[in-house]
Amino acid sequence: MDLFEYQARELFARHGVPVLDAHVVDDPAEVRAAAERLGGQVVVKAQVKTGGRGKAGGVKLASDPADAEDKARAILGMDIKGHTVGKVMLTPTADIQDEYYVSFLLDRAERTFLAMASAEGGMDIEEVAATRPQALARVPVDATEGVTEEKARQIAEAAGLPEETVPVLTALWEVFTAEDALLVEVNPLIRTTDGRVLALDGKVSLDTNARFRHPAHEAYETPGEGDPLEAAARAKGLNYVKLDGTVGVIGNGAGLVMSTLDVVAHHGGAPANFLDIGGGASAQVMADGLGVILSDPDVTSVLVNVFGGITACDAVADGIVQALGLVELTKPLVVRLDGNNAERGRAVLDEAAASLGPLVQRLDTMDGAAARAAEPARS
Amino acid sequence: MAIFLDRNSKVIVQGMTGSEGMKHTRRMLASGTDVVGGVNPRKAGTRVEFDGRTVPVFGSVKEAVGMTGADVSVVFVPPPFVRAAVDEAVDGGLGLVVVITEGVPVHDTVAFRARAVASGTRVIGPNCPGLISPGQSNAGIIPADITTSGRIGLVSKSGTLTYQLMYELRDLGFSTAVGIGGDPVIGTTHIDCLRAFQDDPETDLIVMIGEIGGDAEERAASYISRLVTKPVVGYVAGFTAPEGKTMGHAGAIVSGSSGTAQAKKEALEAAGVKVGSTPSETARLVRGLLR
Repeated sequence: MDLFEYQARELFARHGVPVLDAHVVDDPAEVRAAAERLGGQVVVKAQVKTGGRGKAGGVKLASDPADAEDKARAILGMDIKGHTVGKVMLTPTADIQDEYYVSFLLDRAERTFLAMASAEGGMDIEEVAATRPQALARVPVDATEGVTEEKARQIAEAAGLPEETVPVLTALWEVFTAEDALLVEVNPLIRTTDGRVLALDGKVSLDTNARFRHPAHEAYETPGEGDPLEAAARAKGLNYVKLDGTVGVIGNGAGLVMSTLDVVAHHGGAPANFLDIGGGASAQVMADGLGVILSDPDVTSVLVNVFGGITACDAVADGIVQALGLVELTKPLVVRLDGNNAERGRAVLDEAAASLGPLVQRLDTMDGAAARAAEPARS
Repeated sequence: MAIFLDRNSKVIVQGMTGSEGMKHTRRMLASGTDVVGGVNPRKAGTRVEFDGRTVPVFGSVKEAVGMTGADVSVVFVPPPFVRAAVDEAVDGGLGLVVVITEGVPVHDTVAFRARAVASGTRVIGPNCPGLISPGQSNAGIIPADITTSGRIGLVSKSGTLTYQLMYELRDLGFSTAVGIGGDPVIGTTHIDCLRAFQDDPETDLIVMIGEIGGDAEERAASYISRLVTKPVVGYVAGFTAPEGKTMGHAGAIVSGSSGTAQAKKEALEAAGVKVGSTPSETARLVRGLLR
């Protein structure tokens, strides 16, 4: 789960990472007073979960509170790479002498953690990594030892950062471990002309699997966020991702569903979504899933692809028949059922065919079913 | 022979007395697994009946190992307790710990994996279906009755794709099928399984199933080109996955231009692996090579 900058800043402050004073507002009418409290001259920053907001005009320097209000009015509601700006953060200005880059992240390949740091902060770090890799220090962090003061000094030295950054590095590591983060990134970390080290921006991604030990993280979850169909599916506890195509897909198991999307594309169709209903494939979950997919106006056909393993096909077929009784089917639906008790499961579906109506078809193979479901898209 | 798990494996189940643990212990016993005990400190000294077989519950992994000689544990405990359960299994001296639980925090996995590596314990998972050596032993939740024993080795990040291929190739059969799990960090990788299958005299051909996210498949491809002489057939899921979206498995995400299915397929093909474009075509490629 990615956080907004202002939320990252909150976590930084909680763990002793030095940050600037700030006010977050969503109403332009509140901007003037907030800017006054911050000293008049402020930076107005769009709060969006995407990069490149500066180039998009989402970060502006305001000379006085009236100017801040004008700037905030321009930024609030702005669209930045498909993200609508709902909040702006106001901070005082800082006299920057040096800019650095620092991050802690999960290193999937090495199955441990990694510190990255550079004395060339403030720029697009992926560009630095690509064009001047020697300017970006990468220091592996042992999971059991963590970032001690000694380790922090080693990271700072590797990147050419000054001694004053060492306590900031250990505090950022504390954010990383204490909050179960997958990424903590500061770009830029600055040194001011009067020698203070401050995190001027922050990016934090939290591990949602760890939410059981972080009740406070619930406040960062935004249920209505993103695509409305994804939000509706999430509310029903479904594992759903909206895609661009027209063939609605339901399956069991993440790998099988990903594969089903590919097979639909292989046969000339374009999948409208990813939806994994898990191993059990109960009638209610199937009905909930169908409900979400049928409410997608882009969908012209639906493919149900279930492998009966632990839950055998006859039980899955019963679930599908019951689910179809719970929703009003408005689009062609192709079912492919294979695995344990496949024959019995298919017989259950065939028996129910009369009551299910002509929109429901059953095919034996994944390829055949995907090809059939892709037909409306091709014609 | 098989890899990691065979008819001599003595299995304990951590979390056996929970609903998932009960359900799958019954299934493991039915498929011939020698389940010698469960672990639950609050139910130590009790016994659980499974269709005529009695399985004792021990208070700790150490006690279970001491009383039964167990060498494998299957972990079904809920996410908050997984780290402690795996640590206990590692400290108890087990050689193989299979973590079925989905939803384990990555920081916990990194920590228990580091401890397991230091102790020489193999961890499979988390968020995996486990492994099966058909006709010998089944540690986890893979349905045993969809396939037979044979000479194909299979390694996969995905449970249901494993089942799909096991089922399509059920007439040929499998030495061992290993579901390594779809989390960003896992205990046993494709490469670990490729190495073991290469060394297993009862495996003639290896099926490797991958999916988007990370670079494990690319690394496996490099390993295959250098050190695997047995034929390998591959399949990769997630060609249609958009960038930046997690597709069901916590680790299945294309980040920027890295972790794409296309890159993985190309790397595998460059290593001489035949890669199917659908699961059925993958099964046909296997048949072609074994004929």
